[in-house]
Amino acid sequence: MQIKFSTKGSTLIISIIGELDHHSAETVRRKADYEIMKSTTKNLIFDFSQTTFMDSSGIGVIMGRYKNIEKLNGKAAAVNVNDQIARIFEMSGLSKIIPICDNIDSAIKMM
Amino acid sequence: MQPINEMKLEFLSKSNNESFARVVAAAFVSQLDPTLDEIADIKTAVSEAVTNAIIHGYENSIGYVKMHCKLYEDSVEISISDEGKGIEDIELARQPLYTSKPELERSGMGFTVMESFMDKVEVISQKDKGTCVKMYKTFNSLK
Repeated sequence: MQIKFSTKGSTLIISIIGELDHHSAETVRRKADYEIMKSTTKNLIFDFSQTTFMDSSGIGVIMGRYKNIEKLNGKAAAVNVNDQIARIFEMSGLSKIIPICDNIDSAIKMM
Repeated sequence: MQPINEMKLEFLSKSNNESFARVVAAAFVSQLDPTLDEIADIKTAVSEAVTNAIIHGYENSIGYVKMHCKLYEDSVEISISDEGKGIEDIELARQPLYTSKPELERSGMGFTVMESFMDKVEVISQKDKGTCVKMYKTFNSLK
């Protein structure tokens, strides 16, 4: 698993490349929190376009980052979510607080 | 009913074996030629059960996790077992969003995901003896 960060204005885009499970969760948690703490970050977008696998450990990681950005009065969204990941988002209720958008531009507009 | 094929695997309760276990299970069921979505369901369910064995069964100490797969004409039975600390209240553990480890950012959705991606999930557990999760799935594409 690799994690890449990019920014669009004050939005931090977190791209998860490869598999997000319990094993890779700690790396995502540590690296993402470090980026979020940079004062320029207002909102978060999780980009799943290159995520090949995610299980319920991913829910915990995403939820945790959402809580951190929420404390800073920011919002979060998810983009490029495949069917498998969308199902996990739906069943956990994650999609109610982190909306799934078609692409980065529509997510930025929505936030 | 006799299985048409069967395999057993044992590996250490290390988190890098989570992906190893789900890839092995996916490769094994692939010989039936299910759809990619059905294989993804198997991978996710196996990943949840193995993660539970590592985090909750062994609580990050080292022990063996066992996987036992039986293939039938159009279905699979997968057992994941550990010899860890066991589950005291299985009903509670299976509740959506319940987790005994909220401090680790666990979502409490493991069993719910297994139940949703497989047809049936049975849990047998004894305190200080271990846990066995048995999961069944019929591949509708092969019926």
